[in-house]
Amino acid sequence: MKNSRRTFIKLAGIAAAGLAVAPKKALASEGHAPVKPNSTAIHAEHWAMVIDTTKLHTAEAIDKLAGVCHHIHNVPHIEGKQEVKWLWHDTYAHTFPEQENPHLAEEVHERVFPLLCNHCENPPCVRVCPTKATFQRPDGIVAMDYHRCIGCRYCMAGCPYGSRSFNWGEPRLGLDLEKLNPEFPTRMRGVVEKCNFCVERLAVGKEPACVEASEGAMHFGDLKDPDSEVRKVLREKFTIRRKPSAGTEPSVYYII
Amino acid sequence: MLELALKGSKRYYGWIAFLLVLIAIGFAAYVNQLTVGLKTTGMSRDVSWGFYISQLTYLVGLAASGVMIVLPNYFHSYKTNKHMVIFGEFMAIAACVMCLLFVIVDIGQPQRMMNMVFHPTPNSILFWDMIVINGYLFLNLLCGWTCLQADRQHLPHPKWVKPFIYTSIIWAFSIHTVTAFLYQGLPGRHYWLTAILAARFLASAFCAGPAILVLVLLVTEKVTTFKMPKNALSTLVKIIMYAMCINMFFFLLEVFTAFYSNIPGHMHPLLYLFEHASTGLVTLMWTFVVFAAISITLLVTPRLRNNLKLLPWTLAMLIIATWLDKGLGLLIGGFNPTPFDTITPYWPTGKELLVSMMIYSIGALIVTVLFKIATEVKEEVGHSQKLPCGCSSEDTCVCSSEDDCGCVSEEAAAEA
Ligand code: SF4
Ligand code: SF4
Ligand code: SF4
Repeated sequence: MKNSRRTFIKLAGIAAAGLAVAPKKALASEGHAPVKPNSTAIHAEHWAMVIDTTKLHTAEAIDKLAGVCHHIHNVPHIEGKQEVKWLWHDTYAHTFPEQENPHLAEEVHERVFPLLCNHCENPPCVRVCPTKATFQRPDGIVAMDYHRCIGCRYCMAGCPYGSRSFNWGEPRLGLDLEKLNPEFPTRMRGVVEKCNFCVERLAVGKEPACVEASEGAMHFGDLKDPDSEVRKVLREKFTIRRKPSAGTEPSVYYII
Repeated sequence: MLELALKGSKRYYGWIAFLLVLIAIGFAAYVNQLTVGLKTTGMSRDVSWGFYISQLTYLVGLAASGVMIVLPNYFHSYKTNKHMVIFGEFMAIAACVMCLLFVIVDIGQPQRMMNMVFHPTPNSILFWDMIVINGYLFLNLLCGWTCLQADRQHLPHPKWVKPFIYTSIIWAFSIHTVTAFLYQGLPGRHYWLTAILAARFLASAFCAGPAILVLVLLVTEKVTTFKMPKNALSTLVKIIMYAMCINMFFFLLEVFTAFYSNIPGHMHPLLYLFEHASTGLVTLMWTFVVFAAISITLLVTPRLRNNLKLLPWTLAMLIIATWLDKGLGLLIGGFNPTPFDTITPYWPTGKELLVSMMIYSIGALIVTVLFKIATEVKEEVGHSQKLPCGCSSEDTCVCSSEDDCGCVSEEAAAEA
């Protein structure tokens, strides 16, 4: 008798906990179909990237990585100021505008630096988005829902790093339809897009494409795990981040 | 009351037809933009907002400004304004509609616009901006229409509308503050990242808005029997004067902060706008400064301020100055220098201007129809009508009938 009562209380407790958790789960998946995660997926508490600019600093090398990224993500090629880009290169002065000085080591000044979305810990693009089309995943990645975006471009005004692109015209016109990557969607005009830290690759256990192609010049891993590779390099090398004054806490670190 | 808008003179219909033609032309440009995308605009990866959003910013000021007539009437029982209140409210309606239209033409996926409502996001200022503009539109429709209807039936304004009117007065401040917050809280946009931006917005709204309203009312006087009461007009012009002085004072505060602190981020946008931009833009920015200075001089000198011949020119200059500052410079200076400390020039394309022309014409159409209704009702009930001497029936007219009236209102007379 006593025993069964205890079991009942236990069961009731579990049921109550279940009730408390279930709606949260339903919310978290935002009504998507209950898809099972891939068992090979890799997880982290907070993904981060460290770029060794002593190894990766030429326009050609960076453009090669950009080519890989743009190819697998079907990023359109558009000339001029309405271009779309996820990964690109720029000079030291443009990458770290507030951290320049006229007597910088010449060699550093001549380097060019890879630029991409910083997947900020404190992302203003998420803060300003009126539809939650830009959102931060629990693993820190700032992702986008291209089907929800209304194209107001507030996130572009909000991002202090110029990491976002807008499809001013039909993006498919800027794609080589022969060489499309069928595994990644193309976009429609009128929406914003940017680097997604290769979430689709993490989901199947692969590293981001640019990291994989960088031949060791880029590191990727869990910032919150003291034993991770990124933490190891961060511990050993001096690194800086872009525009620290903006308070966004970028997750992309540069070894200088 | 809408039937009042349907009967009118040839000139009235001609004007409406003209506006409809402009709307049709602009609409064709908009259809083109819908089919090929926003690449028809001069905006770019670095300058992601352009003419449309800057017009929104400017027009929110026009919407908010009606309150400069409504507030003295209700908060200070300044009854001289009584018969002008409706014009402030109707102007606000047109301005709100234009603001909303400018948002619609600016977004890349207008058919998804309702996502803002389906997925309300309180952390986004754009969400709040939508709420306050729509709310203000609703409040003005409600208050304006109800009061005008009561006037027409020679009834006192219903009691229940009072709380809505008081709410709308507070609301007017909120719409411009929220619109300033749209810009104000963005890291890395130094020209906007200033605590005084909302105050600057309000100051410029409270001079430019009433100035536009006065100009429109001067035209209304020409084509109808309506006549602004002299005291109400001179009060409004004084409000414009104070607001413009405060507006320019705030601007100087920005200049001082930027250059005395010597912080590059704060100096660069100003240097760009006034020195390094294309010659056209630099000229326009200096035009802003010169026009602002001239209009302030004309406004603070009582003799010149009360000169009704000069007034339209003074106000026009003030409107141009504030538009150049807030409707153009603010936006371009916010995006340039870019986050990479480079410059990506922006200039609206012809198509952008055509679409904007469509929206302004829609606004003019709304103003025309609403003001037509309001002036007809005023004529019916005999409010603010033009007297033979040229004064308004609301003035305590001191002109004798045979005089052809060097008519001065008491206040202006006291000042002179
Ligand atoms: S870099 Fe820009 S787009 Fe990327 S997360 Fe940070 S603020 Fe957002
Ligand atoms: S453009 Fe899209 S992602 Fe960016 S703020 Fe607007 S809705 Fe959000
Ligand atoms: S992380 Fe992926 S999406 Fe981002 S730049 Fe690298 S390859 Fe492109």
